[in-house]
Amino acid sequence: MITFNINGKKVQGQEGWTILEVARWHGIDIPTLCHHEALEPYGACRLCVVEVDEGKRSRVVISCMYPIRSGIKVQTDAPRVANVRRWIVQLLLDESPGAPQIQELAKTFGVTPSRFKKTEVDFACHLCGLCVRTCQEVVGAQALTFGNRGLRKEIATPYHQRSTDCIRCGTCLYVCPTGAMEQLFPQVSAP
Amino acid sequence: MQITSIDDLQRAKGAGLAQLYPDKPKILVGMATCGLAAGAQRVYDLLQKKVQQAPWDGVVEKTGCIGFCYKEPLVDIIIPGKPRITYQEMTPEVAESLWEELAAGRIPEARVMARLDVDDMILNGGPRRLFKGKLTGFLAKAPRYEDLDFFKLQRHIAMRNCGFIDPDNLLHYVARGGYFALYTALTAMTPEEVIEAVTTAGLRGRGGGGFPTGVKWASCRKAQGRPKYVLCNADEGDPGAYMDRSLIEGDPHSILEGLLIGAYAIGSSEGYIYVRAEYPLAVKTLQRAILAAREAGLLGQNILGTGFSFDLKLNLGGGAFVCGESTALMASIEGKPGEPRAKYVHTADKGLWNRPSNLNNVETWANVPVIIAKGADWYRDIGTEGSKGTKIFSLVGQVKNVGLVEVPMGVTIKDLVMRVGGGVPENREFKAIQIGGPSGGCIPKQHWDLPIDFDSLREAGAIMGSGGLIVMDNSTCMVDVAKFFLDFLIDESCGKCIPCRLGLKRMRELLEEFSTGKGSLADLDELESLSEAVKDGSLCALGGSAPNPVLTTLRYFRDEYEAHILDHKCPAAVCKELITYTINQELCNGCTACAQECPQGAITGSKKKPHTLNTSQCIKCGACFEVCKFEAVTVA
Ligand SMILES: Cc1cc2nc3c(=O)[nH]c(=O)nc-3n(C[C@H](O)[C@H](O)[C@H](O)COP(=O)(O)O)c2cc1C
Ligand code: SF4
Ligand code: SF4
Ligand code: SF4
Ligand code: FES
Ligand code: FES
Repeated sequence: MITFNINGKKVQGQEGWTILEVARWHGIDIPTLCHHEALEPYGACRLCVVEVDEGKRSRVVISCMYPIRSGIKVQTDAPRVANVRRWIVQLLLDESPGAPQIQELAKTFGVTPSRFKKTEVDFACHLCGLCVRTCQEVVGAQALTFGNRGLRKEIATPYHQRSTDCIRCGTCLYVCPTGAMEQLFPQVSAP
Repeated sequence: MQITSIDDLQRAKGAGLAQLYPDKPKILVGMATCGLAAGAQRVYDLLQKKVQQAPWDGVVEKTGCIGFCYKEPLVDIIIPGKPRITYQEMTPEVAESLWEELAAGRIPEARVMARLDVDDMILNGGPRRLFKGKLTGFLAKAPRYEDLDFFKLQRHIAMRNCGFIDPDNLLHYVARGGYFALYTALTAMTPEEVIEAVTTAGLRGRGGGGFPTGVKWASCRKAQGRPKYVLCNADEGDPGAYMDRSLIEGDPHSILEGLLIGAYAIGSSEGYIYVRAEYPLAVKTLQRAILAAREAGLLGQNILGTGFSFDLKLNLGGGAFVCGESTALMASIEGKPGEPRAKYVHTADKGLWNRPSNLNNVETWANVPVIIAKGADWYRDIGTEGSKGTKIFSLVGQVKNVGLVEVPMGVTIKDLVMRVGGGVPENREFKAIQIGGPSGGCIPKQHWDLPIDFDSLREAGAIMGSGGLIVMDNSTCMVDVAKFFLDFLIDESCGKCIPCRLGLKRMRELLEEFSTGKGSLADLDELESLSEAVKDGSLCALGGSAPNPVLTTLRYFRDEYEAHILDHKCPAAVCKELITYTINQELCNGCTACAQECPQGAITGSKKKPHTLNTSQCIKCGACFEVCKFEAVTVA
């Protein structure tokens, strides 16, 4: 058992657990987007950030991947953490102001669209990769991949061909937190 | 030649020395990429042809870059019993006359850059004086290397062989003490002692972070799991920086020897060099060096008869900047997409193929043999308290002497720019340096007494980075600079995490507003808090350090940002939206040059009468400003 501290409260977890796992076990809420219990953590959305004081220094880490160590002090709502989260939500909302799931998220954070918000698109994929990873890790089909990089990074099928690997199980549709897969799916699966 | 024992090594050294300093004249042509770009190949070909055509008892060889990139192509003449003489800015024509003089038994006097009286040979028992007695005639008057401002403050340790040896010639490397440090490590030191030496020497990583190399090695040595890998980062993606390329092209075996020593210390028998595919000459040079070392028995089984085995593979990187990041680099060697991953479990424990791995930069590796050969104390004497040894910079931008410089840590910005660099061009004023690559920082003139070392730079908000150093003069707009580096980083972001992918884009949008006179002071605060969010929230150090150019320019040049926002003025007259061109009626003598140049027809007036510029038609191309010889066109 590893003993440490979250928001001033003494907590315990098993060796190899992440901060997020321990926090949830103890009913402490940390927001996440790209995390799913059934999948390997991926570390892309960064919404789950927390501040960790390791004694020598404190730094902002992602709770979904950070393995617990004894004696650390975790703050789930430190100012630096809140600043990261606020900006992530702001940036997502401005990218997809029309997407209900992201509007929902914005509401809980009290974030409203800024003057930089996109006007035309309501495609809300934020590249959490849940679909790709479910398809690989759970379904075992590898019908989906990431394509491109940087601002053009996208969810795609290998070689942009409709995939014959897809077994039309619909799991990707189910895990997608933004509904973007609904729009993508017609190009995914070979008829 | 097989080199499988210390006797072989000694024999190789003797043979190599006889080639380095033969008993006949020798001509050396600097043929690294910088030399080739300046036309060294034609000079080399011509000299080779001459030597083959005419009976002459001498040799022509190639060598790497000694750093004077702005004077390339360089040719050196080494005559027994004379100082070595370096000739600058060679063309095939000048080289031809140089050769004719030499063939006639005279020492050419044209285009002499400097003479070298003593070859330092730091690893070979000390300096070698190249002549006896007193010099006479023009040789006595020729400046010595150490008299040149560019060279005076420099100290070549990593670059010890660059410009002295033929990089493809293993014997040359051995002649200057090469592979003796490996022998010492393998036979006279335990792996722990090697690590101890590197730690005591205070060597810190030259690839960017400045992490203590010995500490890194120790944790990889301790790590469970086999096999272990040693890796060399030769990805060098910073625009305008070419320290690592130059080291590879000038002295590849110094990197191989460093890797061998590191492998012995860590307990590894396999290594990789990850090198940019866009560096064809460096790739070829490494391939040849690995082959030569393998043929000689310096890579492979039972090296130097000690029972230690190690071999190396070359891996060509696809050129994405982010592939230089350690976890992305390892993913890329594994054949996966070059994307970073979280490093909460250190690569020393789980790196390449989840095995213990130790990655160091090219320049870091090249320092290792020196530490073993000269001892940690010798090395510790160079540099500052927290940063030992030297650092290579590629000095570029608005500075007279552009090139590669290797200086002791702790040299001040002022000395580096004004003495080594020779200052900024005439009529300009030094404004700032940008140091540390695209995610480095800008440090202004008022801090030019700052010593350049890892910790001072970090405190100043910049980073050492891998050694890119851009000098900026007063024609540079700092908002524009921040935009430039962000553009690069936005292009190079892998896009995996949200703060970097979307955050950098928003930062760029805010900067765009400032440079077009929009935005408010409140937006400056937004920019700052977003910068912090990107820094704290990004997955890898690309995003983590990407705000540096913005944060440092904000810190040191806030007034310049405010001028854009409040006065709608760009003080350096760079941001097009905020400047106006006008013609000063007093200074204009009606030469019509500007009117002819203007693509818009915005300038009118009759000959010999002051002209006028119609601002509403002007597209601010600046053509009139450039062409006017009477400073009558002004910009503000
Ligand atoms: C985006 C990015 C690019 C990098 N590129 C390079 C590079 O081209 N060469 C390099 O040696 N290190 C590079 N680094 C640093 C490496 O991740 C790593 O720290 C370094 O190679 C370790 O070697 P050192 O300890 O000898 O410096 C880069 C880091 C980041 C975040
Ligand atoms: S529906 Fe197709 S793409 Fe989606 S998870 Fe199933 S197999 Fe993969
Ligand atoms: S389509 Fe949905 S699940 Fe897939 S990456 Fe985009 S948001 Fe995530
Ligand atoms: S910080 Fe940028 S480059 Fe690094 S993982 Fe995130 S998106 Fe990719
Ligand atoms: S939930 Fe941890 S990074 Fe997305
Ligand atoms: S448009 Fe002609 S110089 Fe300005």
